[in-house]
Amino acid sequence: MDGIHDVGGMQGFGHVPPLSDAPPFAEPWEGTAFVIGALAARIAGTNLHAFRHAIERVPPPEYLSGYWNRWTIGAQIMMEDSGIVTDEEVRARAARLSGRDVPEPPPPSPDKPQMASGGAGNLRSLDRPPAFAVGDRVRAADVHPTGHTKLPRYVRRRAGTVTALRPGQVFPDTAAHFAGENPQHCYTVEFDSRELWGPDAESFRLSIDLFEPYLEPG
Amino acid sequence: MTSEHVEPALRVEALASLLIERGLLDEATIETFVKTYEQSVGPMNGAKVVAKAWTDPDYRARLLADGTAAIGELGFKGPQGEHIVVLENTPAVHHVVVCTLCSCYPWPVLGLPPSWYKDPAYRSRVVREPRRVLREFGLDLDDSVEVQVHDSSSEVRYMVLPERPAGTEDYSEAELADLVTRDAMVGVAQVAVP
Repeated sequence: MDGIHDVGGMQGFGHVPPLSDAPPFAEPWEGTAFVIGALAARIAGTNLHAFRHAIERVPPPEYLSGYWNRWTIGAQIMMEDSGIVTDEEVRARAARLSGRDVPEPPPPSPDKPQMASGGAGNLRSLDRPPAFAVGDRVRAADVHPTGHTKLPRYVRRRAGTVTALRPGQVFPDTAAHFAGENPQHCYTVEFDSRELWGPDAESFRLSIDLFEPYLEPG
Repeated sequence: MTSEHVEPALRVEALASLLIERGLLDEATIETFVKTYEQSVGPMNGAKVVAKAWTDPDYRARLLADGTAAIGELGFKGPQGEHIVVLENTPAVHHVVVCTLCSCYPWPVLGLPPSWYKDPAYRSRVVREPRRVLREFGLDLDDSVEVQVHDSSSEVRYMVLPERPAGTEDYSEAELADLVTRDAMVGVAQVAVP
């Protein structure tokens, strides 16, 4: 989806924050948030791709209100989808924890998605040969899927060169929607900065890992 | 999702209490996960990998050929580390890593990502004006250095093998590991001698 998460090349976010050796969790609730998200796919009977897609669906103002906030809301959205909790329950519980005596709505009925797994993790061996080889010119597809995809806007329609064949992997675009693992070949594709950002761009090369369905011969 | 904002800390407490009540989460699990990523899995792991690569040419060759296996030799594996590629910085080429779509990061060697890595400012800009971003972080690269940006958009995870600083010829592997920073292993800094 063309959502708030797809920030590559966007302008207006200002200076980068200072580098910092701060520990991973500034406050205890951030640690709890991390664990809820880390376990959310297991609790909701889903997968990592569905969790990423849930974070993409966090409303933009909330998405931009801190990392652990969007992480938690993403986990909640996925659990709502699986009938583990409802938003009304979370709000009622939050109100009660704040000392307001509001009634708690009943819990939903779990309705977890069923999708066969080809094994642990996301790397898969493919029987079919890869369509592209190192050195091939390729072009990223001009697509705007409404669901999950790992093809960011800033490389769509741009031409680059395959520089590596990576391990075959579960296809996020289908797995996130429980439409099958649908494993795909994955390539590192390198783009010249001027192909992405025009003739006045800084000089550099951009490498990104793209799944075979995202690519056509360049 | 309705739109009225709930304070993040309060939402976490509410969600956790519902999950604990339903037997889907427990305090001991939360504590174990938090302790793991606060104490055992962090950039000190990657620093050991780098220091070994600097002092053992055979290990360095294995690390660059198959990062996952060479990192596994030191016992570092686990979530977000299924396939790790190590990128070697040299006087001529500088690698820097980002995840524009989310916050993908090589947990087994670097732990959880720092705030700046997850910030939209870093994610949006480093794929468009990396030299300027690196300058803001305090790293001013010569124009002759080629910059390569890596957007972690699949399950492949990237770690940078920084350049060994001059003047460290007499350092032990452990002393070298103490010099290596998280920032250098993402590619937004170089390793310096204090």
